[in-house]
Amino acid sequence: MDRLLFLLATGIARGAIFALFALALVLIWRAARIVNFSQGAMAVVATYVAFAVTAFTGSYWAGLASALVAGAVLGYVVDRGVMRFAPHDSPLAGVIIAIGVVMVLQSALGIAFGQQYRPMAAPFDQSPILIGGVPVFSPYDVFVLVVAVVVMAALALLFTRTSLGLQLRASAFAPEVSRLLGVRVSRMLTIGWMLAAAVGALAALLLVPTELGLSPHSADMLFVYAFTVAVVGGLDSPVGALVGGLIVGVAISLVTGYLGATVAPIAVLVLLVAVLLVRPGGIFSAREARVA
Amino acid sequence: MSVESELSGRGASAADSVRASATGMGVGTPSSAASVARASTTGRRRTRLLGTALVLTALAIGGTFLLDPYRNYQLALVAAYFCATAGLSLLIGLTGQLSLGHAALMAVGGYGYAITANALTDAGVDGVARFALAILAALGASGLVGLLLGLAAARLRGPYLAGVTLALVIALPAVTAVFSGALGGDQGLQIAYDDVPPALATIIAVEQWQAWVAIGAAAVVVTVLSGIRSGVLGLRMRAVRDDEVAARLNGVRAGRVKVFAFTVSAVAAGAGGAVLCFVTQSVSPGAYTLAFSLLLVVAVVIGGLGSMLGALLGSVVIVLLPWLIGTLTGAMDLPADLTQRLSGNLPVLVFGALLIVVTLLWPAGIRGALPARLSLRRRVSPAASSPPTPAPPTTAPEQPTQE
Amino acid sequence: MTPLLEIDAITAGYGGSPVLHEVGLAIPQGAIVALLGANGAGKTTLLRTISGLVAPASGRVVLDGRDLSSVSVEDRSRSGLAQVPEGRSVVAELTVDENLRLGGLWRFDRRQLTAAVDEIYDLFEPLSRRRAASGHQLSGGERQMLALGRAIIARPRMLLLDEPSLGLAPRVVAQILGVLRRLRDDTGLTVLLAEQNVTSALAIADHGVVLSLGSVVADRPAAELLSDGALRHAYLGF
Repeated sequence: MDRLLFLLATGIARGAIFALFALALVLIWRAARIVNFSQGAMAVVATYVAFAVTAFTGSYWAGLASALVAGAVLGYVVDRGVMRFAPHDSPLAGVIIAIGVVMVLQSALGIAFGQQYRPMAAPFDQSPILIGGVPVFSPYDVFVLVVAVVVMAALALLFTRTSLGLQLRASAFAPEVSRLLGVRVSRMLTIGWMLAAAVGALAALLLVPTELGLSPHSADMLFVYAFTVAVVGGLDSPVGALVGGLIVGVAISLVTGYLGATVAPIAVLVLLVAVLLVRPGGIFSAREARVA
Repeated sequence: MSVESELSGRGASAADSVRASATGMGVGTPSSAASVARASTTGRRRTRLLGTALVLTALAIGGTFLLDPYRNYQLALVAAYFCATAGLSLLIGLTGQLSLGHAALMAVGGYGYAITANALTDAGVDGVARFALAILAALGASGLVGLLLGLAAARLRGPYLAGVTLALVIALPAVTAVFSGALGGDQGLQIAYDDVPPALATIIAVEQWQAWVAIGAAAVVVTVLSGIRSGVLGLRMRAVRDDEVAARLNGVRAGRVKVFAFTVSAVAAGAGGAVLCFVTQSVSPGAYTLAFSLLLVVAVVIGGLGSMLGALLGSVVIVLLPWLIGTLTGAMDLPADLTQRLSGNLPVLVFGALLIVVTLLWPAGIRGALPARLSLRRRVSPAASSPPTPAPPTTAPEQPTQE
Repeated sequence: MTPLLEIDAITAGYGGSPVLHEVGLAIPQGAIVALLGANGAGKTTLLRTISGLVAPASGRVVLDGRDLSSVSVEDRSRSGLAQVPEGRSVVAELTVDENLRLGGLWRFDRRQLTAAVDEIYDLFEPLSRRRAASGHQLSGGERQMLALGRAIIARPRMLLLDEPSLGLAPRVVAQILGVLRRLRDDTGLTVLLAEQNVTSALAIADHGVVLSLGSVVADRPAAELLSDGALRHAYLGF
């Protein structure tokens, strides 16, 4: 029972990270109808920036801030540099270009830093606190959850309460009409990419201290998990990303805890295929088919 | 099971259905004289396809005499990759289904081959019988996995299928670890060495023999795929890719076409994996990483989507370019650790950049830059449309009874 | 007097084949011009070319003396050229209130915007009861009112309307056209109204332009068009 509680708590903390990363996928999907397969690689580049800044300044928070900035800059570069030129007649072109971006970014990191894992320190203790004799969240888990909640609340406010958010939503749903109303749709799309990339970078930065360390491939698995989250929740639904993140996080934590860490990728694959076969539109989506 | 048997039956009789439905292809006139002419065109096309295949195979086999053992080993790799890239090119180019997990399907073929070959070795079987049975097992295993995936894939499009296949290739090491008893975990499986047959032992070295076997396998796989591609099934695939609704309205069972395409493509990849296992005498998860899987996509895209010649050129590029870059950086007298970091990464950097540039600027790939006369496909099927200008939906097959 | 909107020998289309051939028009300030013609005559393409959604192969669009050739769709809108596209292009995922605010975002600050939105609610009484409803919950008439309200909220000088009457009840059509006329009379709004519903369009228009197969075949005062039986019969189908 204690173990179950511990695994649930860990799963929720991990799930919050998956949800953040999935939210970034949802943001770009809604804005550009592209599943950004390069988001993991972009987030890892930003995490390397944070690693370097933290090593240089000695401050985790300076690193965190620089990861957000680096993420946004990368979002700008990837959007304006390549994605904007993707041919629109084929839904595959965006995915293929994103794969190219993954290869370029990861191999550039490998050339600059090598393939070895670099341990990253967490800003808070990672050993679980005992509550009533039961090990539950660690201080770092609590930090992750707080950050995730704050970021999601801030995004929700941005999208529903500000005129920038209104323009972002309108540009995503109806680009042509928005342009006719004087909305600078192209700029909104870029802002969407920058926002999403910054959120993705934050998610990777939060995850890496809980893993082996930082390497050019640190976010490969995160991408697969978050993709599963986005599919479970529905790629169009930010709320779905949140709930899906918790479901996948808890599921992976339970599988890892009871069956072993090696089984987790298989469990995710099974979950992904099962959801796509049973509810192709995702659990929280009203759409019927996944047409790209 | 019924689906499977029906599909395999259909696959075997692809050539017959090409002939039977030549009148229904919608491009000819309805007059019976025209349909007779069309049927004989189809027959000629098949003869020409087989002739081309034989000539090219003979040329490739002859070419092995000009190469040293290491080049022959590289040639065998190209041939093994060619099986997989040809299948992947058919899948992406003709049906628009993007698989990022073809390395996993190659691994299925490789494991199928290795497990069967080892069991047969233990039972005292060797030589041609062992090779043939192991290949069949590899094809069966990859076909089965491909069918299951294809059933899921038929309901998905674009990024969803890409995501599932990505998850598949990433889960491969986990699968081999969980079933380490049968699959050997991280170490994978080793198989017994197939020597040159005694009759040839005095003429050729083992690398050359392996290249022959690989070329032969690739020739069979690619000839079958070319037949599918230029026949009525290929037409149906294109119709589904261009406009699924229009294709359905014209009586094409889009779901079945997609499942069939995915299964065929998986079998081709499995054949490539089996050949690779035969050449390297081993199969392990480390050989079928995500990076390798993406490399297959690179080969297909830079070669030219949907083109068999493009798949061949792409396979050559993914074998030779890393070797070339390694040779160059090795000759440049760089610090040891930099050389080491460059060796794995620089080719990937170049491939990634190529992938982006080709997709943005040069969507027909290398194949599109060649004169049409040089193209394998043009010679094989003058009627087929080229990938950058997809067949208009009006050429969709119109024969519901064919399904 | 220079016209407010001048269309100068526009040839435009999709892909290689032009839909419009050397179309020329001049619309004076404060006029309501009906753009008439059968399905496929090129009315929608002409409107989309004016608003910048379709780039012409040749020819110019001039608004108040300014050549718009190199001006983006967004900046054309911001320089006072509004368009209500075909099919009541309400953003279905946004509420009525959000749709209206969207139309005036670039022009007003927060407080002015609220006032401008309230003015639209005064103009289209039924909308004010559905402020929080999302676009896909609205009836056809409500959508058309919303699309029109959203287009005029930023006080454009020139309004392009594409088939506003399509599929609407005659009473709603009358209400919408009445509002157009009132806006023209009160604020000097200039209107180019593409319509298949010839009678109701000419009822409020000063001037009529008939397109056929991408060319202007008539450009006359509305009353004259209505009285020319041969022309009506040939191009307008009554």
